[in-house]
Amino acid sequence: MKAPSPMSPNTYVGQPIERVEDLRFLRGRGQYIDDIKRDDQVCAAFVRSAVAHGRVRSIDATAALAMPGVRAVITAADFDGPIPTIPFRRPNPSIGPYAQPVIASDKVRYVGEPVAVVIADTAERAEDAAQEVVLDIEELPAIVGMAPAEANEVLLFEAAGGNVASVFVGTLGDAAAAFAAADRVVRGAFRTQRQTAMPMETRGLLAEWNATTSHLTMFGAAKLPFFNRRAMAAMMNLPEAQVDYIELDVGGGFGARGEFYPEDFLLAFAARRLGCPVKWIEDRREHFLATGHARESACDIEFALRSDGIILGARGTLFSNIGAYVRPNGITPARNMVQFLSGPYRIPNIHFEGRGIVTNKTPAGTYRGPGRYEGCFYCEQMLDLSADKLGLDRLEIRRRNLLTDADMPYRLATISPSDGAAETFCDSGDYRSTFERCIIESGWAEKAQLQGRLIDGRYHGLAIGNFIEGGASGPQENARIDVEADGMVSVYAGSSAIGQGTETVLGQIAADALEIPFERITVLHGSTTYLSEGWGSYGSRGTVMGGSAVIDAAQGLIAKFRGAAAIALDVAEKELHIANGVASAPNGRSVKLAQMAGLSCDGSFKNSKATYTFGAAMAHVAVDPKTGHVAVIDYLAVDDVGRIINPLTLHGQVTGAAVQGLGSVFSEELVYDESGQILVGSLADYLVPLATDYPTIRCVSLENYPSPNNPLGAKGAGEGGIIPVGGVVLSAVTAALQSLGVRPRELPISPPKLWALIQQAAQA
Amino acid sequence: MTAIMQLSFDVNGAPVVVEVQARTTLADCLRHTLGLTGTHLGCEHGICGACTVIVDDAAVRSCLMLAVQAEGTRVVTVEGLSGDDSLTPLQAAFRKHHALQCGFCTPGMITTLHALLTDEPFADADRIRDVLSGNICRCTGYIPIIEAALEARIAYQGKREDGRR
Repeated sequence: MKAPSPMSPNTYVGQPIERVEDLRFLRGRGQYIDDIKRDDQVCAAFVRSAVAHGRVRSIDATAALAMPGVRAVITAADFDGPIPTIPFRRPNPSIGPYAQPVIASDKVRYVGEPVAVVIADTAERAEDAAQEVVLDIEELPAIVGMAPAEANEVLLFEAAGGNVASVFVGTLGDAAAAFAAADRVVRGAFRTQRQTAMPMETRGLLAEWNATTSHLTMFGAAKLPFFNRRAMAAMMNLPEAQVDYIELDVGGGFGARGEFYPEDFLLAFAARRLGCPVKWIEDRREHFLATGHARESACDIEFALRSDGIILGARGTLFSNIGAYVRPNGITPARNMVQFLSGPYRIPNIHFEGRGIVTNKTPAGTYRGPGRYEGCFYCEQMLDLSADKLGLDRLEIRRRNLLTDADMPYRLATISPSDGAAETFCDSGDYRSTFERCIIESGWAEKAQLQGRLIDGRYHGLAIGNFIEGGASGPQENARIDVEADGMVSVYAGSSAIGQGTETVLGQIAADALEIPFERITVLHGSTTYLSEGWGSYGSRGTVMGGSAVIDAAQGLIAKFRGAAAIALDVAEKELHIANGVASAPNGRSVKLAQMAGLSCDGSFKNSKATYTFGAAMAHVAVDPKTGHVAVIDYLAVDDVGRIINPLTLHGQVTGAAVQGLGSVFSEELVYDESGQILVGSLADYLVPLATDYPTIRCVSLENYPSPNNPLGAKGAGEGGIIPVGGVVLSAVTAALQSLGVRPRELPISPPKLWALIQQAAQA
Repeated sequence: MTAIMQLSFDVNGAPVVVEVQARTTLADCLRHTLGLTGTHLGCEHGICGACTVIVDDAAVRSCLMLAVQAEGTRVVTVEGLSGDDSLTPLQAAFRKHHALQCGFCTPGMITTLHALLTDEPFADADRIRDVLSGNICRCTGYIPIIEAALEARIAYQGKREDGRR
């Protein structure tokens, strides 16, 4: 155990405090974007390309404009000068030409690309009229696979000259020397399928333009309101102070929601042009076409090994299908695979190249654990291949290569070209600790006798995989604490809420830091009206960064309280004793923090060092060879998050993410045909997990290794649950089917795909 | 398509008379005409269950029912299942077990489970999972929802002495 954080006494942090948010959510009193309405609002509907690749010859809106209630049809022709493009969040020198214009002008590059916006007095009328806008698009050959795209068989951007939009190289040590010295080299090629985050609330926004003050307000913000304000202000040619983003309740994020999308700008543009509030609620089919995709990747990599299973090095190429344009976070998965493939394992020599490849599919972005889930999947499969080739036990090869306390801080592969986070270090922990705990907690010793056995017509398989989860993305987060007139305390935070319990968790941290009851605190978050600058919630940072900023503000507020109390009580500051929200003087007089209405203090937390939650997961599966169905008999996740703020919300994150991951492994897939048409358009054919699918998920969370990089000692926890799922479950399936010689190499392992592999192996 | 029809029904115990288009769904009528925004729309395809309301004691997807079909019925939404000041036993169990995160699917979970447990207060975990398989939650992984439902059963059991399942 390491030293506890400086916060004490602690009454709320670490406790399973029931969430304050629940009181409104459970009674139908949440306020999501479609729940707000303006008397003078109009509604938008988007006309989207029905072809994957084509040249726009004409757009005829005559019929649409004649329909009842229609106020405008906006197309590229309505823009004076160049069409603005969607901003990038991660720099890379080659991505400039691949930016997405907010509306298609000469070319369309994916099914679903916005071509026109219809504005009408109601959503129904806007949607009716959108169907009457006639698009004449000359179809061009489309390209959907990464290999033909890389071969430049068709160019999406003629001026760019190729379909590889970005390249990131990750290096550590001397990979060539490691391979020269290896006893054994193992090579593997694997794939993960195209998915999307699929929050239950679709996207939506309401753009309100005030012509008198030239002020734009965007309701429905999520994830990173301050970045989006900055981007919107630049695109609208407004000072930042004349744009605000207001966060309402948000029905799930998981990486996709809250990024800057073409629709965001078009709604603001329409609101300014028409002078009235413009609202848009994405429908679910549209969500499949328009909201960011993720996860479609492939690898061709090698591990250099010593005969005892020690990994000497790794090298190879990682591919990411980023769809038709580079969206704000489009190249992040390709980049993260390069840096995080080695995960919790000591791989001292690395040379990986990660390519972001454009194709005629919906542009990609991030989904929970971007690049990390894929990288972990690849690494775990390579470890299995390596163990099998060397005749080693699959657990033993992992044990021999896991990082230990003695390795910390441990440098991961350095990224080039630099994107501001090129160098990063695992911060603390003995990664064998969660692994060994997982072995014990899962009852591995007893279960191991089932390995590969056929029992009642099903083959049983078991595996344990390991992962790290990066968190606390920099550079900063801000907070402010105000004492209100009624003695209540308001905590403002730059962290945003996407359903993870921000109000409760930051309230717990503030209550402990101020030594006042949790019930006296109201947490307000996300909106740009609360603070002059903030960052938000992404990269498992909301609690760590926001919570650390809250602590800074609380410490500052207590200092101000001391000063104000000294004046009020007419004593020297140093004579005051401050505890539990009361300043007491030696003469027995005292004053409460609650009496200090108007007292206010800003705080911030700057950080360039990520945190790394680490853990292990065990999967026990049973495969029915007659159907290809895989039953998850048991799944256990063990992680060490440094410091547990609220075990309820933490377990909620881990369990929920694990189940999402099982959907990734078995059923979720965005299928395209060769012409670039997307073949899934509803939740009836994009199969997210249901209540009947995975009833046996367990998790154990530890706090044995606090992060040295923040005052809480906390590490991120929103993504770790999903990161190991693909790797460990496929390992369990290959273990189950070892006697049949079946080794799937791509996800998802849906019943028909696995059945076909079993049939092939039987015939071979 | 745009014919306006008058509709009389009972919402959360009070009679209402509204004018809607023939094509208006019950969900849109509840949300936009009556301002009962607790009923959420997650897919409008009848798959996700977020829009579930109780019509004449049966759990119904309000995105698949036209408002005019509700003529003469008794409709209960999540707002009608909530007291002013405190949580119902089912809602309190949800909170205790952290059976909700973003809250978007939650109204549909509450209405579906209320209808189930009213009719089958002794439903076991398998039965609850089976019924809830028509309601998608992307956040929780369902496990705490099942735990909450199992715990809340006792509040419904007094109302159904025969123990029928």
